[in-house]
Order: sequence, then C-alpha cells, then structure tokens
Amino acid sequence: MIRDFEYFAPKTLDEALTLLDKYRDECKVIAGGQSLIILMRQGLVAPKYVIDIKRISELNYISTGKDGVKIGAVTTHRAIEKSPVMKNGLSVLADMEKRLSYIETRNWGTIGGNLCNADPAGDPAPVLMALKASVKTASVSGGKEMPIEDFFVDFFKTALEPTELLTEIQIPPVPPHTGTVYKKFNIIEGHAAIVGVAFSITLQSGDGVCDNVRIALGASATTAIRAEKAEEVLRGKKVTDALIKKAGQTASGEADPISDISASDEYRRELVRIMVARAGNEAFARAKQA
Amino acid sequence: MKKVVKLTVNGQAYDLYIKPKTLLIEVLRDHLGLTGTKRGCNTGSCGACAVILDGMAVKSCSVLALQADGGEVMTVEGLAIGAELHPLQKAFLDHGAVQCGFCTSGMLMSSKALLDENPNPDKQQIKEGIDGHICRCTGYNSIVRAITDVVKGEYKEAK
Repeated sequence: MIRDFEYFAPKTLDEALTLLDKYRDECKVIAGGQSLIILMRQGLVAPKYVIDIKRISELNYISTGKDGVKIGAVTTHRAIEKSPVMKNGLSVLADMEKRLSYIETRNWGTIGGNLCNADPAGDPAPVLMALKASVKTASVSGGKEMPIEDFFVDFFKTALEPTELLTEIQIPPVPPHTGTVYKKFNIIEGHAAIVGVAFSITLQSGDGVCDNVRIALGASATTAIRAEKAEEVLRGKKVTDALIKKAGQTASGEADPISDISASDEYRRELVRIMVARAGNEAFARAKQA
Repeated sequence: MKKVVKLTVNGQAYDLYIKPKTLLIEVLRDHLGLTGTKRGCNTGSCGACAVILDGMAVKSCSVLALQADGGEVMTVEGLAIGAELHPLQKAFLDHGAVQCGFCTSGMLMSSKALLDENPNPDKQQIKEGIDGHICRCTGYNSIVRAITDVVKGEYKEAK
C-alpha cells in the first residue's frame, strides 16, 4: 500500500530545483517511476512529497554536436532505443536498451531515473562507463559535472545531494577504430542482468594494437564498476585471443558480487570471466571494422 | 490532499478527483469500473494491466494516474466498435489464444500498440512485442499465431 504524499508537477527545471531545495530529504523525485513505484508499494520508500519531473520538456532531448551526444535525464529508454543517433559507434546503446526490461517499461521509464535508482544490475551504467560518459547535475546553487563512475557511491546510492537533480548524460565522440559491445546474461528475457559486461576497445589503427580500452561490469559489485586491472592487461598491447582471455580472468578477480536468488557470488565471478572474454572478442572484431 | 486528473478513456473525457498516490490501474478499475484491465503482479512484471497511453503500451500498475494527466487511455473495452470485435480479438478467439483469459486484455493492448507502430512485424518482433506478458496457461504459440494472422490481413478492421 502506497503511503499518501503531496504531489508537485513543476513545469520547469528551476521550479523543480526550488521544490527540491525546500523539501530535501522529505521528498522523492519521480520520473518514469518504473522502480520507485514498486519500492513505494512495498513500503521501502515513503516520501511525504513527490516531485514529478517527467514532463519537464527541457530535460527531454537527445542532441548531437562536435562534443558528442547529450541525453536529457527524462528521455525514455524507448526514445534512446529508437533514436537515429544511436548508430555506428553508439549502436551499443540501442542494443542495450532493447534488452532492458520490456517495451511497456521502456516506453515510460527514463534513463535518468534508471541511473538515479543506482541498481548495480542496471544496464545503462556499464555501457555509459565504457563510452566514457559523464553526468551533469543541477541545484539552486549551481551545477556540477562528473564522470559517471563517480556518480555511483554504493548499493542504490548515488553522489546526488538531497537538493540536486541529475539533468544530463554526456557521451563524448567515439574515437575511430573503436568497437563497443554490451553483453547481458539473464535467464528470462526482460529480467535484470545476472551479470552485465560492457567492453569498449580502441585500436591504434588497423594493426590490432590496443590504444585504449574500457571494461565495465554490472551486477558484479555494490555499484557498476570499471575493471581497471583487466584494462591494463590489454592497453598498449597487440590484441590476441589469449590476452582477451587473460583480461576476463583479471576482471573476474576484480568483481565482488553478491549471492542472491539468481546466482551465487562464485557463479557471478565465473560469468564475469567468460563474458568479458566474449564481449572483448566481439568488441575487437567491431573495432577492426570501424 | 486530493487533486483533479483529466483523462480521456476510450474516447470519453473524465475529470476525476483522486489522491496523488492513485495508480492508473486504480482509476480505470476502481473509479471507472473498467475491470477488463487486470491487476496481476502489481510490480510491472506480468503485463496483465497493460493499456495504451498516448499511443504507447504501458503497465498501468506502474504509472501514477496524475502522470497521465491530460492523456488518452485505451483499454480493452475500447477495442470493439459496437458489437464488432477488433481484428485482434477475432483472431484471438479463432486461434484459441484465450484460455483462462487473465492475460488476454494486456496481450491485446500490447499487440495493438505493436501493430500501430509496425504493421508488418515478423515472428521475432511479435514475440518481442509481447515479451512483457506472462500467460500461465502457456498459450503463447496460439497468441503469436493469432497476431501473425492479423498481420497477414486475414482479419479486416471494423468500419
């Protein structure tokens, strides 16, 4: 049973920030609410005030420019999935969205809401980490920008202060010779990842030497994380099957997953080993063609 | 404190006086008596409560009614025109795609949203279009066959 609350639907970002500044810890921000409403019904979250930002049109956009792609926080998953911008180097975002929950949820749920929920099994976070994304926040006293890695603090906890709102996700231009892949392991399509792996590799040219690599893991720790030691295995080296396998092995050691109804921690570590290698092989193949 | 929500449901306009915590499914079933929309898991997992909101299938158990303010909702009651069933409803009947019937209204609404967006989905796309729905009679194949026949044009739209 959802507890009664007072509801505000500000029309502009400024109005929303003013409300947020007024109610702080006593309020919750709702965008699509596809996670929040379930938590409220279970009584795990019982805010006195709810600030609905879903219809703030200045937060709903996908724009492209020479500094990359910017996505407004209340852009729906479905809008990202179907956006013509999500091609070439960014097709991984459409691939990821297509496997995020179900169409009905993607129609209403938003990218910003997903990130602010900070579920370690969320699909967008590892992909955005692999793409070197950053996030922009706003409050009445100004705005901040941070790499998306810094946005996630702990299990369902973000770096947002009670007066702050996530406003934008920024994805820098994808360098040439880059391939990015997201691999999600789940038993039932539409369910959360048991393990998710995002792998982005940039080659120096067609010679197969790894210029840069970013590997991010979902559902493998209290937040989505980068597997930085695994990245070091590949960076600057000529990419081989054996080296990609070794990166998987290393990533598996960096994972610190929980045991739950879907899988044990041991099983998840094994999944990380295998899926990093699989994602690496596919990303490498894509990079050679990019 | 109650608020007014304006909704158009199956073509009829309503002004409803509701508590902010009221979900779209509660407005439809409990306030308007449109019980064709089913309350299943209540956690967005089963799809029984799917309706079309402003042209998109959504799970009405996971949307605050106030978030749909000013919107147009179509429920399963809005599919038939008079006594003439919608092509999807006819196809579901002919294929035995309705067993216990609990998932049917959600399946129909998401199938309609799918066909409105893409009139020629292939079998894989049909499956993806309804993968947010659970049918515990496990009648999935007959449901996919019914939708496939509508795509093939075996059922004409009522005029």
